[in-house]
Amino acid sequence: MKYLDEYREADSVRRLADRVAQTATRSWTLMEVCGGQTHSIVRYGVDRLLPPRIELVHGPGCPVCVTPLETIDRAHAIASQPGVLFCSFGDMLRVPGSRGDLLQLKSSGCDVRIVYSPLDALQLAEAHPDRRVVFFAVGFETTAPANAMSVYVARKRRIANFSVLVSHVRVPPALEAIFQSPDNRVQGLLGPGHVCTVMGTSEYEPLARKYGVPIVISGFEPLDLLEGIWKTVSQLEEGRAQVENQYGRAVRPEGNPASLRLLEEVFETVDRKWRGIGTIPASGFGLREEYHAFDAERIFGVADLQTQESTVCVSGEILRGLKKPPQCPAFGKECSPETPLGATMVSTEGACAAYHAAGRHLPESPESRSAS
Amino acid sequence: MKDFNASCPVPFGRYDRIVLGHGSGGRLTANLIRDLFMPALGGEILSRLEDQAVCPVDLPAGARLAFTTDAFVVRPIFFPGGDIGSLAIHGTVNDLAVGGARPLLMSAAFILEEGLPLEDLARIAASMRAACEQSGVQLVTGDTKVVDRGKGDKVFVTTSGIGVVPPGVSLSISSARPGDRLLVSGPVGDHGIAILSVREGLEFETLLVSDSAPLADLTRVMLEACPSIACMRDPTRGGLSSALNEMAAASKVGVKLEETAIPVRPSVAAACEVLGLDPLYVACEGRLVAAVREADSERLLEVVRSHPLGRDAALIGRVVEDHPGIVTLRSRAGGERVVSLLSGEQLPRIC
Repeated sequence: MKYLDEYREADSVRRLADRVAQTATRSWTLMEVCGGQTHSIVRYGVDRLLPPRIELVHGPGCPVCVTPLETIDRAHAIASQPGVLFCSFGDMLRVPGSRGDLLQLKSSGCDVRIVYSPLDALQLAEAHPDRRVVFFAVGFETTAPANAMSVYVARKRRIANFSVLVSHVRVPPALEAIFQSPDNRVQGLLGPGHVCTVMGTSEYEPLARKYGVPIVISGFEPLDLLEGIWKTVSQLEEGRAQVENQYGRAVRPEGNPASLRLLEEVFETVDRKWRGIGTIPASGFGLREEYHAFDAERIFGVADLQTQESTVCVSGEILRGLKKPPQCPAFGKECSPETPLGATMVSTEGACAAYHAAGRHLPESPESRSAS
Repeated sequence: MKDFNASCPVPFGRYDRIVLGHGSGGRLTANLIRDLFMPALGGEILSRLEDQAVCPVDLPAGARLAFTTDAFVVRPIFFPGGDIGSLAIHGTVNDLAVGGARPLLMSAAFILEEGLPLEDLARIAASMRAACEQSGVQLVTGDTKVVDRGKGDKVFVTTSGIGVVPPGVSLSISSARPGDRLLVSGPVGDHGIAILSVREGLEFETLLVSDSAPLADLTRVMLEACPSIACMRDPTRGGLSSALNEMAAASKVGVKLEETAIPVRPSVAAACEVLGLDPLYVACEGRLVAAVREADSERLLEVVRSHPLGRDAALIGRVVEDHPGIVTLRSRAGGERVVSLLSGEQLPRIC
């Protein structure tokens, strides 16, 4: 496939991996922020092509993984109400809340549907004026513009039976929380390519300066990732900590102005709780007052619902790059994609699920030899 | 099937949709059988309308019977490249064929939802007939039940099939041996993506067509040319990954795949990229994967490629002694990963 195959081509991949090995004179720990990057690294075995000096740890950039338990419980509370048609991206349906997941709720008779775009949910609202259609708006800055658009259009067209349960999160405050932490291990960062396609790169400059961490905005294909790793390692070796853009074919420094205008119109920055991490100031988007009529949390009165996290799962440490999936005693044993204890095992972008899908829980696998 | 259309003069009486009475066992049931099923499906044995099909058999010494059953709940019931009727015949025929059996006899049981247009049912029956003829099987017995509207989804079909395994043919998923090569008969993932492409809310610009097809003739040609085939599987639900994981587990061998060797249509690969699916996990309904001794592999590839259903066949990997029960894949980028069994449901109700 054009624009994909050339970024997966084995010879170029090998050459770049060699260049990383030649550049790195000592050990470095890098974090890739996005779940999509983690998935690609494990799927193509990119980490196995790197010299052992370079360790990759996996970041918090999986929206399903960081959505707190109480938000899932709020979704359940809404979806169980009569007349509600609850729409979500497929991944969220399998995330366990306090009492099962949305698929179980569906099997008990609630109307829960998978959509591929928030605008599909809006269409459902128009097609079913007698139903209350709620869209589960999770995700980082990448999905925020499309979700903002659905609310914007709903207000324009006065579609009163549509609302969104918002749990949007922002990458930069989460990175700040990781860098500030006394046990932080991350020395260099592969920045979030798709988030920056929307937001631009300027938010990352102060982070790189303040914490002395080079940040290379990277794409998602093997060559993108390896080039990002090489640029990050080069900066570390040279003692620099700057923002560089590896993913130039998608990311412009100023971002996507139309999307940014829409975000500004619909959302404001709010404090947000992250699963396994806790509340991070200014780390989320919430609906502005003018759009409160479309805020499912207010409409259904579930904003006060609070839930305690499970204590077994170490996904919080995994999301901060402190641990890797095989270091969790439950990984591949009590915790598997069929019986996930935490959200990192649910989404394909979750580090635990990506490791599990690539067989890194199996003692005989060639991967397990290098993954520990 | 293409020649059949809604203007066929089928006298459906005063009903144009299934009503509960069509499952009563009374006059309406009799009319449905006489006016709809018999014209489409009635061969010599089925037309006798006995409670059982009594079929003459002529088994050569040493031959064995193969018997299989499969239920079909695909949504939508009509999709590019087929429908629930042809799929129900192909699916069962293929389960027999990959065991080395020549499919002979079939049964079909229908669970109809009240409200199903009779025109749709007639279309499905006509499609089943065409699929039977193409596969060389006779449909000899059947049953119909009707459930209330909302208690089913248009139509569910269960087919069973009996076939004959000729003397000397003995295929088993536990027979793959280290050194064997793995052959797939064509691009993978077409069926699953074709179904997904016509589901509510998804629109692709190119038409993706299911690969649903009967494999019995292909397997006959393969086995005649190459008796050293160790085992065959049709990668339906769970795709190539499930078929090979089951083979690796049953044969207590490892499987090593080359990602670049696995045929995937560009349109299917593109759809998978967009939807975040892996073609290795997407269902086929007209493909098979076979393990064959190394010495015969190139010759078998030629034989398969000369068959209309195997033109894009490829050798995709090897059976190895290492990591028994585990399937690994060398990715396009050069790294290696394990191809594990699918967790949960990637695409519900595709067959």
